[in-house]
Amino acid sequence: MSANTVTADDATFSQIVADSTPSLVDFWAEWCGPCKMMDRPLEELAAEKAGKLKVVKLNVDENQATAMQYGVMSIPTLIVFQDGQEVKRLVGARSKAQLETELADFLR
Amino acid sequence: MTDSCEKVLIVGSGPAGLTAAIYAARADLAPLMIEGMERGGQLMLTTDVENYPGFPDGIMGPELMDNMRKQAERFGTRIVSSDVTQVDFGAYPFKVWVNDDLYHAESVIVSTGASARWLGVPGEERLRGYGVSACATCDGFFFRDKELAVVGGGDSAMEEALFLTKFASKVTIIHRRDEFRASKIMTHRALDHPKIEVIWDTTVQEVLGDKEVTGLRLENVKTGEETEFAVDGLFLAIGHTPNTSVFGDQLDLDDAGYIVVHEGTRTSVEGVFAAGDVVDHTYRQAVTAAGMGCQAAIDAERWLDEQT
Repeated sequence: MSANTVTADDATFSQIVADSTPSLVDFWAEWCGPCKMMDRPLEELAAEKAGKLKVVKLNVDENQATAMQYGVMSIPTLIVFQDGQEVKRLVGARSKAQLETELADFLR
Repeated sequence: MTDSCEKVLIVGSGPAGLTAAIYAARADLAPLMIEGMERGGQLMLTTDVENYPGFPDGIMGPELMDNMRKQAERFGTRIVSSDVTQVDFGAYPFKVWVNDDLYHAESVIVSTGASARWLGVPGEERLRGYGVSACATCDGFFFRDKELAVVGGGDSAMEEALFLTKFASKVTIIHRRDEFRASKIMTHRALDHPKIEVIWDTTVQEVLGDKEVTGLRLENVKTGEETEFAVDGLFLAIGHTPNTSVFGDQLDLDDAGYIVVHEGTRTSVEGVFAAGDVVDHTYRQAVTAAGMGCQAAIDAERWLDEQT
């Protein structure tokens, strides 16, 4: 879908988030209106923070095992992973400016 | 950021804002729309829209909004995808900020709509995203074969409950009165549904659960009796509050926070117009919002004409 984000699925997920570089995973679905609002802010963040933050998209409809494993019950949910571990979770849509503030620790 | 001055600046991108944009664009006013984070408004959170004229088989809410957006863009509406952070309607031309970007405008149409209301009871905020939701279409999927509660008694509560039956094993509507204010057709659809039950005369006092919702503490408003009710999720449909926090000290608002208009869509500041759910707490329909958006564009066009 885009040059700067990575698409994960149930099979590739654990490998993709195993890096020491933080991964921001967007749990989304086609039928979720607020998820669509996140497309542009995440795309911009991915382009601007390339090398510092990996933006990963996971379609919950097609990858229910991963969504269930992390207890995602509302979308959009954004989870930051570092070395395969969840280190931060944001539930609900946000603007790019809000994302930058809340993710400041991982964007340095 | 810009030194140019917009003829018409529209804040919000639901049916009111987009209809205003279509009319203003066709009047050669080249409107600028600050669409906001909640692009498309409340209809983005719905599924089938069955009462918007012109779609005999219904249309999906997000598709309807995409269509309106395309129609607005076709006639030259420019769209900025952010929230307005500050306004100064005391200055003229009016000033509208989006973070550090400042826009000037000769007229402004406010159509920021309304947002879902929350109960404000203990546990609700802590468990948001862990079983507490105000968006059935977003989150219903995660509750396959679970038992859910919907709080509310209007059309949107009925819609949410009916939608959730696709996933849940049982949906209980909890309502504080002994009858719904929803339309007859929606009430019957909900009451006739085999998976839907109703608890009347009851309010939610607390959302229970450690990491996820496990139940609700309920109070019967007639007897005062408190009970615990086991559910896996709570969906709210208890109405809306207008999105007017940015305009609070600039425009006259009523006690509930809605923008007060007179002579059509005129606000307390000349040259600033308002339309849709940010004004209207009576009808709150996509089609009435669209109608008001049209009025606002025509009012703005006429007002701009009078200024020259």
